[in-house]
Order: sequence, then C-alpha cells, then structure tokens
Amino acid sequence: MRRAAVMMVAMLAAGGVRAQTAYVSNEKDDTISVIDVKSMTVTQTVKVGRRPRGITLTPDFKQLYICASDSDTIQVMDLATLKIVHDLPSGEDPEQFTLHPDGRRLYVANENNNVVTVIDTQTRRVIGQVDVGIEPEGMAVSPDGKVAVNTSETTNMVHWFDADKLTLLDNTLVGSRPRFALFDKEGRTLWVTAEVGGTVHVIDAATHKERQTISFAIPGIPKDKIQPVGLRLSNDGKLAFVALGPANHVAVIDTASLKVVKYLLVGRRVWHLALTPDGSRLLATNGVSGDVSVIDTERMEVLKSIPVGRYPWGVAIRP
Amino acid sequence: MPQLSTPARAILAIVMLLAATPAAPAADIRLGWLATGSGDEGLDGLKLAVADDNASGRFLGQAYTLEPVILPPGGDAVAGLKQLADKAIRFVVADLPAADLIRAADAAAATGLVLIDAGAADDSLREGECRRNLLHTRPSRAMLADGLAQVLVRKSWKSWLLVVGPEPADRLYAAAIRRAAAKFGARIVAERPWTYTRDAQRTAEGESVALTQGVSYDVVVVADEAGAFGDSMVFNTWEPRPVAGTQGLTASAWSPVHDQWGATQVQNRFRAQAGRAMTERDFAAWAAGRAVGEAAMRGRTSDPARIEAAMRGSDFTLAVFKGRAASFRPWDGQLRQPILVGWARAVVAVAPQEGFLHPFTDLDTLGSDQGEKKCAARQ
Repeated sequence: MRRAAVMMVAMLAAGGVRAQTAYVSNEKDDTISVIDVKSMTVTQTVKVGRRPRGITLTPDFKQLYICASDSDTIQVMDLATLKIVHDLPSGEDPEQFTLHPDGRRLYVANENNNVVTVIDTQTRRVIGQVDVGIEPEGMAVSPDGKVAVNTSETTNMVHWFDADKLTLLDNTLVGSRPRFALFDKEGRTLWVTAEVGGTVHVIDAATHKERQTISFAIPGIPKDKIQPVGLRLSNDGKLAFVALGPANHVAVIDTASLKVVKYLLVGRRVWHLALTPDGSRLLATNGVSGDVSVIDTERMEVLKSIPVGRYPWGVAIRP
Repeated sequence: MPQLSTPARAILAIVMLLAATPAAPAADIRLGWLATGSGDEGLDGLKLAVADDNASGRFLGQAYTLEPVILPPGGDAVAGLKQLADKAIRFVVADLPAADLIRAADAAAATGLVLIDAGAADDSLREGECRRNLLHTRPSRAMLADGLAQVLVRKSWKSWLLVVGPEPADRLYAAAIRRAAAKFGARIVAERPWTYTRDAQRTAEGESVALTQGVSYDVVVVADEAGAFGDSMVFNTWEPRPVAGTQGLTASAWSPVHDQWGATQVQNRFRAQAGRAMTERDFAAWAAGRAVGEAAMRGRTSDPARIEAAMRGSDFTLAVFKGRAASFRPWDGQLRQPILVGWARAVVAVAPQEGFLHPFTDLDTLGSDQGEKKCAARQ
C-alpha cells in the first residue's frame, strides 16, 4: 500500500520531467553510463579511455568531452552514435576542464605537472599553458570569457588568469584542498569548494577577495568527514548545492543569506553534481556506493539512487 | 666509524649546505634537517616538502630553504642542533634516536626552536619524556598498534599469539600491542620470545613453525622491528593463520602502494624527485615540512613565533592524502592522522575503523588520548 503510494508519487514527480539524458563517468570501470533521466534508468554503458573523470558537453549538446586521466588524453564522444570520434591533446593527467563561452577553447587542469593547458577544440592544438600551483584541479571561465580561474589542491589557492593572454592576474588563498570552482551566471561571484578545509568560499569576482566562508555541520558526522567537492547553482541562482564527499550528504545553501537550508542524504562519498537543463533534477555521483542519486529540486527530496559503474566521478546532462 | 672531529663535521655540514641551499632571499622561511647516519630516507621527503612549499609560497612572496646537518653514527645531536640554531633556523625536522632527541630538545628549550620528530616512534616521547618544544609527525608505536588492533578486532580476529624479538625496540612495540589489545578488547593468548642461537641446526624457517604450535589463536602478532624473523613467519605458521604486526599485515603512516585520496600525485612527485618510492619516514618528514609551510602560508607570515602558534592552533589542518585532515594534538604534540594497514602490495584498511567511537574525533582513538594525561610537561 505504502509502496504503491511511493511509486505513484515517484511517477507523478517523473511526469513533470522532460526527456533528458545524463552521462556519468565511472573512474574505475573506464566507462560512461548513459541515464534516461525521466525513467531514472541506465540505458547504455560505453567503454572509454582509462580512468575517465571530468566530463563536459559541447554547447550544441552533440559531443561529450571526457578527461581520460590515465590515458593522458581528452576523448571526444559523438552523442548520436556514442562512439569516440577523436582525441584532443590534453597534457599529462587531465582531471577537470571547462569550455570557454566561445565554445571553442578548452581549459584543462593537468594534475601531475602544475599547469593549465588551453586547447583549441577545432584545430585540436594546444594554444598555451599557464604555470599554476601544485595539483591543479578546479577550472572555471567567467561568463564574459575574460577571466579563467584554476584551483590548486596542495597550494590551496585560486589562480586568476587572463583567458586570452594566459597571464597570471592574482591568487586568492582558500581552504585546504580546493577542488571545484564555479562562477555565478552574472560573473559577479566565484564559488570554490575546499575538500580538506571542509568549507565553501564565496569570492567577489571583481576584487578577488573572499566575501564569506561557509562551514557545515551535520549531527553525528565528524567535522573532518565533511569534505565539499562538487557544487552547482540553481538556474535562478537562488540556491547552491554542494556535494559533501564522505559525509554522504548534499548541502543546499540559500545564496542570498549564504546559510545552509537543508542537508540531503545521498550515497557514499558523493563527488560531483549536475542539474538537468530544466532545473528540476539534480544528479549526484556517489563514488564509493557506485550509484547516482536523483534529487527533486522543488521538493528537496532524493527520489532514487541509480546503480552505475565503479567509482562514478563526473556527470553532465543534456536536453 | 669514529666520530668526526668538530672541524670535519663543520666542513661536512657546509658542503651539504652548499649542495642543498639556493641563495636565500630576504623574506625566507628556513627549515633544518638533523639526522644520524647516512642515507636519504626522510631527507628526500623534507626536500619534497620544501619544493612543494616553494611552488605554493612563490604566489605569496615566500621562499623556503633547507639546511641539512647529518651526524656521523654516535654524533653529538646537541652540537648539530647548535649549528642550525646559529643560522637562525627555528624549525628543525629530526630523525634521531629518542635519547638524542630529548637531549637536543632540552638544549634548545630556551631558544624558541621547534623540533619536529619525523623518525622516533617511541611512546615515551609523547608521554613520560615529552617536551614542549617537540612535535611528532611520525605516528607513535601506540598509534600504529591501535590502528592494527582496530582492523583485527573489526574482523573478529581477537585472539593473538604475540612473538617478541630480543631488541629493546621489539619490547616497546610489544608493549604497544599489549596496550592496544586491552584497549580494543583483543586477547593475547600466549606470548613467546624469539631467541636466536648459534645452533647450526636451527633456522628462522624452522623456528617459526615450532614457535606457533600448541596454542589456539586467530593471528600471530610479531614484534620484530629489525626484521630478524617476522618475514619468515608469514605463510609459515603451524596452523594456517595470518601474521600481523611489524611484518605481514602492518600498520604505517604511509605505504608506497597507497593511492587513495590523491596520494598518487604526491607519490609521483616524490618518485620524480628521489628516484625511488616514498617510505613512511619520507612521509613523516614531508608532513613536517608541509606543516611549517601550511602554517606560514595560512598566516601569511615568515615570523617563526607566529608560524609555530599557527601550527599548534586548534584550527590548523594539514592535507596528508589519507582522507582526513591531520592536525597536532595539543596534549602531546603528536600529528593526529589516519593509519594505513596493509602489506607490501596493497593497503587493505585504514584506521580509525568505523565503530570505534570517540567524543571529539575518532582519529583520537589512535594513540595516547587527552584524558590519559601522560605528558606532564604539557599539563
């Protein structure tokens, strides 16, 4: 009886979701899981290069770029056929990357050799490299395309550089082991997660000065197990979602007050997040439990966990 | 080897300084290395830390330098420390025997110099013989034994046969094992000494079988820090039982095969620099050098007093690639950190294990805890 009710709620909830497709990289299986968001099922699993981590969609949603870290390359997958059509030169050990708003330049963090590599995805050539701190990880480009940032995990800084000239502009010290950076839509604020510091840093993009540090507290979970990694902002910019790693929760932050409004229980070692283009669902990859949690962003509820491969890492969703 | 005369030692030190130290810029942060004997183990870890500190510090206008003083066997640690102190070095990472470390710490007590022990695992240095100007990045024997005990107890391998070698270090390790057994509810069903004789008919291989007969247990725990017999006991017991302790399944601060939580990156950096795998001693020295750098960068200061205060502060954290932030315990100066449990080819578990609870942080289930008040110098 209760199960039937739950199923109905789930079906009703799913009824409001358009057909959208999610792609999840499985770090240990060397595969990409393809998920139909509406039915919340894996429809296909595709073999790719070794240790796939960061993934991102092209603006036309026709291709998926995959950081195959241990293959030292970025693979380009055609989403109509799910075949790898070619590789991009990536530099050594690519982990995360971001596409410039021009849809052409790709900024790649090379974790092993302390540089950011910029690639022209059309000519498939390296345009340039920028020296940054130790273990570069998070990458972001401002919405106006002028400034790029990288976070370095052992140097614990945000490095700001000119996206065209590739010259270093400034460095902002943040919490320990910064993993992910994201500009808000207006380009006014940069959000940075610090995994070991256990904090999220809200930084003014004009002055490069920190506006606020956000900490987390979940009853029954030791503070040092709260390790923020992935972060997304809702389409209207009012909420921020933060994956808290081995704390097994996603925090929901009100961006006006910069206060945590809710913690959602997900799978084990939640890593990265993606919102569906319509904003109705948030998908979270759970590394240790090997599944993806589907969160209804309106009800703030976890609807389902979808088993995928071993150590799911990145997630990207197209309409 | 005879002890070097003072001039010879000074020349040795100067040669090393010239080899290791680049021209020092104005606002620099200087680290010293003080160790006995030859070999680069430990020192290579500190070199990597200084390289890491410089790679990050350059963005803040900080430069880090390293000055090693390596003593001949039996060399005078106090004189070695003085050489470093005379160069206004306030942070010295040391790999010294416990007695030398205490003499050096006492000699430096009034100078404001901080010694970071990256070599001695002795519990006495964290307890009865603790010193206020000593920090420890190498886990104590108690921490290692506690980590191993948690893993064994969680598997319900709770009854142990303890085999103890003849060296003083073996007895210290055995004491830590006994303490861990009592702490986590394991039982030592029998304790047997390993005795080496010159009888040509006896071999380590044969002894192992004989020593493990006649009693029922889950695990053989060996206390053999020098590696005299433990390895030959693995797969060589009377009953089919695993071997743990100083050989077999071991607990350590670091392992060359550890690859979780970003450890691959630091392992790769170390291998590229040193041309070999990173050991536990290298890791402890690396953590010491990084702790100084982390405190200096967080505080944006090159002032040694402020760096030390930041390092000892309650909000200080150090990322050590083991899934949890490390920090210094105020009650004994020990770096609290996860302990890896595994063998040569794999890390199979990490302590603290789930279920071993603590009112403050489960990392403090490993080693001597605040409430035990064993370090009088810090009470």
